[in-house]
Amino acid sequence: MTTTVQPAATAPRATRSAAPTSTGSRFTRVLGVVALAMLCLQLALALVISPPDVLQGDAVRLFYLHVPMAITGGYLGVGLLAIGSIGYLWKRTAFWDLLAASAAELALLFTGLTLVTGSLWGRPVWGTYWEWDPRLTLTAVLFLLLIGYRAMRSATLDPHLRARRSAVIGLLAAADVPLIRLSVDWWRGLHQTATINPLDTALDGLMLFTFFFSMVTFAVIFVWLLVHRFRLAWLDEQVAAHSLEDAIAERRAEAEAAGSPGPTGSAGATGSAGASAASGPGSAVATAPAAGTTHDGGAS
Amino acid sequence: MFRDALLVAGKDLRIEVRSKVVLNQIGPFSLVVLLLFAFALDPDRGFLQEATPGLFWIAVLLSALVVVQRSYALESVDAGRDALRLSGLDPAGVFLGKAGASFVVLMALEVGLIIGVRLMYGASLRGWPLLLVTTLTATVGLVAAGTIYGALAAGLRVRETLLPLLFLPVVAPVMIGGTRAFGAALDGSSAEGWRWCGLLGTFAVAYVALGMLLFESLLEDS
Repeated sequence: MTTTVQPAATAPRATRSAAPTSTGSRFTRVLGVVALAMLCLQLALALVISPPDVLQGDAVRLFYLHVPMAITGGYLGVGLLAIGSIGYLWKRTAFWDLLAASAAELALLFTGLTLVTGSLWGRPVWGTYWEWDPRLTLTAVLFLLLIGYRAMRSATLDPHLRARRSAVIGLLAAADVPLIRLSVDWWRGLHQTATINPLDTALDGLMLFTFFFSMVTFAVIFVWLLVHRFRLAWLDEQVAAHSLEDAIAERRAEAEAAGSPGPTGSAGATGSAGASAASGPGSAVATAPAAGTTHDGGAS
Repeated sequence: MFRDALLVAGKDLRIEVRSKVVLNQIGPFSLVVLLLFAFALDPDRGFLQEATPGLFWIAVLLSALVVVQRSYALESVDAGRDALRLSGLDPAGVFLGKAGASFVVLMALEVGLIIGVRLMYGASLRGWPLLLVTTLTATVGLVAAGTIYGALAAGLRVRETLLPLLFLPVVAPVMIGGTRAFGAALDGSSAEGWRWCGLLGTFAVAYVALGMLLFESLLEDS
């Protein structure tokens, strides 16, 4: 799935002609097809082919979605967030910042889905939507930490300030997770017997295969989304950096095309450039890939 | 570094002594919180006494939030942040100084809160060594984390709303550890309480270290 951005004909973009203009590449197209095929197989295995559990019945099928989401979101997503944050504080390049931002957003998505699927599973098996189980509590706190990270990213428009502060938050959030984990484990563990673990009960061969195949499938989906999200974030930065210049250049071109670039003409052109920057070609470019992401998110 | 820390802490505390914001506003605020808990939970049925550890730590957490906000509000006027950045003080020292001043303020508030729960909730203060050590370690952790997150939110237009969202989930281990250790002390089962103290100590050490390490990045920006 790709969203192609048409460069505006009037704006001079020679310097960026080599830069990517879409969130997709040949790699993501191949990966996307693979992910889709794997997801179809995974759903067939999880929902139809694999047998129901002896104790949980069909509710166990939710685990084939729930556990891989938890692991890709919690480990892969938060791990990459930590790596990106450390990388940024060390190297100070946009790559690490955008990697952390993209990973954090996907971690938020997957953690949210983990909570939803966990609650849906808890209702038939535990009898309640919410149980103060250590892992559930940890996931909830992690979800809030990731919301905080996103809030920080939207709190300022200055890219350097945003990158630096969100890198610190990303690093702290990741460093806090083991402590929260330990505290909630003790908190509940001291007063409650072990919770139901799908791996405690002996899984039969097909169930085990479905389980691990689901893990791999979600990891592939995660990588596919990550590449798209990263490229979108990168394009966003480019748009933010160039939109004003482009708008000014475009207005100048209009003024020249209208002829007689006298003193009044150029003054008018400069005046309108600032005012129309928000609705110039820059924002048109910005909305196109944004629509692409929403679609990506929905497809997962 | 420690000299710089003393300078910054001295500056913050001197402002507090002169402005009396803690005495006139933050202290009464934490007592209002204690009062609200009594309204929420029926005081005649012993709920308050049972829930004292949890209520005490929620009151501390909310007070810590206000203390951190106040600590950075001091510098938001007259380009105080820029002045601090240009002063050439060691960033780790600035961190320790700001955290140290907040520590003194928060400890004072906690003493008031302890007296409050003793008198108003009728909590007995058995196992005081554990109570004391818990309070000290938890407070170090709270002010260290608070000082980092305060700096992260400082200077932004949305700082008042962003800080609670960033700060409160992160200090979940302090809330759990403090509550459990207090519960253990009041029940007289100290052994379990000391284990929680260990967790609080780990949290405190981790955040003091991270703060000293990361504060330089945070002082950089405008």
